[in-house]
Amino acid sequence: MWLFLATEILMFGGLFVGFGLMQGVYPEAWVAGHHHLDRVLGAVNTVFLLCSSFTMVMAVHYASTDQKSKTVLNLGLTLGFAFAFLVIKYFEYSHKFHDGLLPGRYFNLAAIGGPPQQAMFFGFYFAMTGIHGFHVLIGIILISWIMVRANRGDFSSAYYTPVDLIGLYWHLVDLIWIYLFPLLYLVS
Amino acid sequence: MSEQAHHTSHSPLPYLLTLIALLILTGVTVGAAYVDFGSSTVNLIIAMLIATLKASLVALIFMHLRHDKPINSIIFLSSLIFLGILLGFCMIDLDSRERVYPTGLRQVDVPAAAAPAAAPPAAAPAKH
Repeated sequence: MWLFLATEILMFGGLFVGFGLMQGVYPEAWVAGHHHLDRVLGAVNTVFLLCSSFTMVMAVHYASTDQKSKTVLNLGLTLGFAFAFLVIKYFEYSHKFHDGLLPGRYFNLAAIGGPPQQAMFFGFYFAMTGIHGFHVLIGIILISWIMVRANRGDFSSAYYTPVDLIGLYWHLVDLIWIYLFPLLYLVS
Repeated sequence: MSEQAHHTSHSPLPYLLTLIALLILTGVTVGAAYVDFGSSTVNLIIAMLIATLKASLVALIFMHLRHDKPINSIIFLSSLIFLGILLGFCMIDLDSRERVYPTGLRQVDVPAAAAPAAAPPAAAPAKH
């Protein structure tokens, strides 16, 4: 599992390095671009993901101590936070679609003004948050699956590896967002 | 895959404290973004230090690396080391390339084709 997480870090890492280098080359475009992102929504999403990580670790804890109903409850809370994250992300995305910030030929510089390299900033923005959002979606499917299994009574203190491993995956998704949030939303 | 042997039967209180610490640090990150520490580089370094502190809390406590087998920490850290190598060499390249082989990378202007018809050529950098 940790090997898989290492590959995940390296995949996102490539994007982070590209993002950082281009920030070094076009700092004014990066500053102009980040003004189109909503810090409040970004911060709320950070809080949602941190809380979901907490409920996830509580679910693992209760699974390891044979408390079935509390495991299911905490997995459900995790799912709730994950959905809340995606709902906010949806509103952020639709706002940006409306503003013409999509990458490629859909990018409408005339509508927003400022340095043309902002197209690259939003290219990175959509690639990084998009892949991250996709990971959240996969996490939702996986957590739903172990929630059904936990409810069926598949897990006990003797065997709860699936809960544990999906927990690790979920924490990694949280961990990546911890870096994405200041890099994308809090450029100065 | 044998994470589960290590963290049975302890109180969930550390998890709650970790969550509170993470939320406070998030507030600090947002607050620090509104303060000018002299240069954008310093601000970036502060933001990254706080993010790394948060990531360490998540990895050590939520992901149980603190109580886990050392091999898992080694795997995790090795990915970060290779990421550091990638970033480091790219930075060296970016810094020194102009002197070795001038590309004019920083002068390149994206053609107005990105915004068809309506775009005035090279819009003036209007800061928001």
